[in-house]
Amino acid sequence: MAKYEVNLKINDIPVSVEEGATILGAAQKLNFRVPTLCHHSDLCLAGNCRVCVVEQKGARALIAACTTPVSEGMEIFTNSVKVRTARKHIIELLLSEHNSECTNCYKNGKCELQSLANEYRVNENNFLKLVNFKDYQVDRSSPSIIKDDSKCIRCQRCVRTCASLQYVSALAVAYKGDKQKISTFFEKSMNSVVCTNCGQCVNRCPTGALVEKNYIDLVWDAINDPNKHVVVQTAPAVRVGLGEDLGLAPGNRVTGKMVAALKRMGFDSVLDTDFTADLTIMEEGTELLTRLQKALVEKEENTALPLMTSCSPGWIKFIEHKFPSLLPHLSTCKSPQQMFGALAKTFYAQKKGLKAENIVSVSIMPCTAKKYEADRPEMRDSGFKDVDYVLTTRELAMMIRQAGIEFTELNEENYDSIMGTSTGAAVIFGATGGVMEAALRTAYELVTGREVPFKNLDIVPVRGFEGIKEAKILLQNVKPEWGFLEGAELSVAIAHSLSHANKLMTAIQNKEVSYHFVEVMACPGGCLGGGGQPIPTNEKIRRKRMAAIYEEDTHLDLRKSHDNPEVVAIYEEFLGKPNSHKAHELLHTHYTKRNKY
Amino acid sequence: MRDVNVIIKEKIEKFGKERQALMPILQGIVGDKNYITENDMVRVAEALDLSAAEVYGTTTFYTFFDVVPRGKYVIRVCKTISCHLSGKDEIIEALEKVLNVKLGETTEDKKFTLLQANCMGWCHRGPVMLINDEVFPELTIEKAIAIVEEYIAK
Repeated sequence: MAKYEVNLKINDIPVSVEEGATILGAAQKLNFRVPTLCHHSDLCLAGNCRVCVVEQKGARALIAACTTPVSEGMEIFTNSVKVRTARKHIIELLLSEHNSECTNCYKNGKCELQSLANEYRVNENNFLKLVNFKDYQVDRSSPSIIKDDSKCIRCQRCVRTCASLQYVSALAVAYKGDKQKISTFFEKSMNSVVCTNCGQCVNRCPTGALVEKNYIDLVWDAINDPNKHVVVQTAPAVRVGLGEDLGLAPGNRVTGKMVAALKRMGFDSVLDTDFTADLTIMEEGTELLTRLQKALVEKEENTALPLMTSCSPGWIKFIEHKFPSLLPHLSTCKSPQQMFGALAKTFYAQKKGLKAENIVSVSIMPCTAKKYEADRPEMRDSGFKDVDYVLTTRELAMMIRQAGIEFTELNEENYDSIMGTSTGAAVIFGATGGVMEAALRTAYELVTGREVPFKNLDIVPVRGFEGIKEAKILLQNVKPEWGFLEGAELSVAIAHSLSHANKLMTAIQNKEVSYHFVEVMACPGGCLGGGGQPIPTNEKIRRKRMAAIYEEDTHLDLRKSHDNPEVVAIYEEFLGKPNSHKAHELLHTHYTKRNKY
Repeated sequence: MRDVNVIIKEKIEKFGKERQALMPILQGIVGDKNYITENDMVRVAEALDLSAAEVYGTTTFYTFFDVVPRGKYVIRVCKTISCHLSGKDEIIEALEKVLNVKLGETTEDKKFTLLQANCMGWCHRGPVMLINDEVFPELTIEKAIAIVEEYIAK
């Protein structure tokens, strides 16, 4: 049924919007910015912070623009004296419950409350300060996320994120009134609850109440230590996000500039996670074909199909907590970050004639969960901690600024070798459906000897932001050694954000659906929308980053993982063949059942 | 004290497995043993397929859902403005002496817990206190002591 158009006036300018739209939406249509704090376009409405209040002609009280639907003939004023005075008081009230030691705060200069205080020229303490800093303990228990309640304004973006986007609800609203707080179960530490470390809450927190645990100073120390050889790897999605934190519009690809900046910062070798993404495809593709063979030829009934991807550490912790019975379905492949780490301190060290203990391995990730992943006790197959420090895209941007590098003026540079060469198949790991597409490009060609039957290798059905995507691909005229797959229809599914993963896993567990291969990414849009990406991240920005990722893929000469010459070389020189004993030792892992509550 | 799983099962039979069953279940548990433990909350979360943090959030929102052990009789003196003006502080002071506890504490024999509560809607007849579910309005110091002494004798 077509929706009615509603006519109203905002600041005396007429506008028509669909019925059900909010005043905020109508104001945005006219390019009037109404300040918001609790509102976030990815989340359900809350209306609790009140900074978006506006005046309605004829109404006694001010109304919240973010939650009030438009009505016919409404006349709204978004910036009257009454509105500005009320907003200023509201901001002052929020500040009275907020630890405003801004210069000590990690979010200094990036805080939405701080910038509103600036915009409204808050200059008096009209309200009693209610924050007694001594009453608050900062929770630093998690390797990924720091929670500081003294900075929390109880807007509940984090709670809504954790519940609706991620279906985790590690955070909830506890107590009420002046005692109200955002709490884990029984106020336990963040590292002991069901938190997946995805950092979507961090990405949405308007203040410094939830931030990533940063490792900036430790990385500078390593760079400045003449006895250390510091290698850095950069994840696929970082190159399409980083620019946003350094003065560029969303959707800019900054791969070459990022490499140049990392070299100027003093990293000894600037390498690419995309290399091990290609390697992941070789390992995981082989694992898939092996499992299919077991199921179809050897008729092993308990072969765990579908095979599920294991690149996303937020997803891994989610399934460990929520669906432990499905753990055998997970690919045993480590994530590209951890494959890289294990190889940096073995293969790379050997080639460069370095001692592993003198190598410091740093990774730049769009992700906060990667910090947790690097800390997992099983991620030490090189004999050392495989990845020493994980920095988010935001931390890298901060370091580039600290280094005084004029990022936008940099000339593009190329990655170093070895472990710096990659393909378009690896780049698209950064978008939901990308691992699936990369795997299909390789597996199909391996089995049939022909390229996937899609124009320009673009497997469109697995792309885009639909919550759960499905695709089928028919295997015909296969090579003799894959005869058992002749005529088989490979059935795949892709989910992004953990709420969709939850739906998909429930359906798989209840045997309502069956697939051969399933890709899951914990964050909306995949890694490009990761918790470590620049703030803000929303649907519009995710789309621009996605376009940039596929553009990057199209621009590369090599677009299939098995064509990566360094991948071919590492198997010849070091690993033998995919899923070899050595590959298993360094590139594969195992999982742990965790408490569900 | 009954097995918490039995309480949950009974309440689910009556109120269903949806989220709205959460309140009656928590009331059932608190009615049985005066407080709700961490383990109880996990059982409730399991039964209703909720996150434990959400169960904790609802539990702590309501002051009558205690999360620490309470005495057999929980005394709640209204702290809101009408009762405050009509002398609730003196009542509390008197009860602290009779019970030999401070506000918020439980007697050694685990028989009494002395707490404050928000408005109970008895402003016209304050000061007022609750002992478990029973309301005692128009308190004087003497009256409050007499009532509590009756409970002590029980």
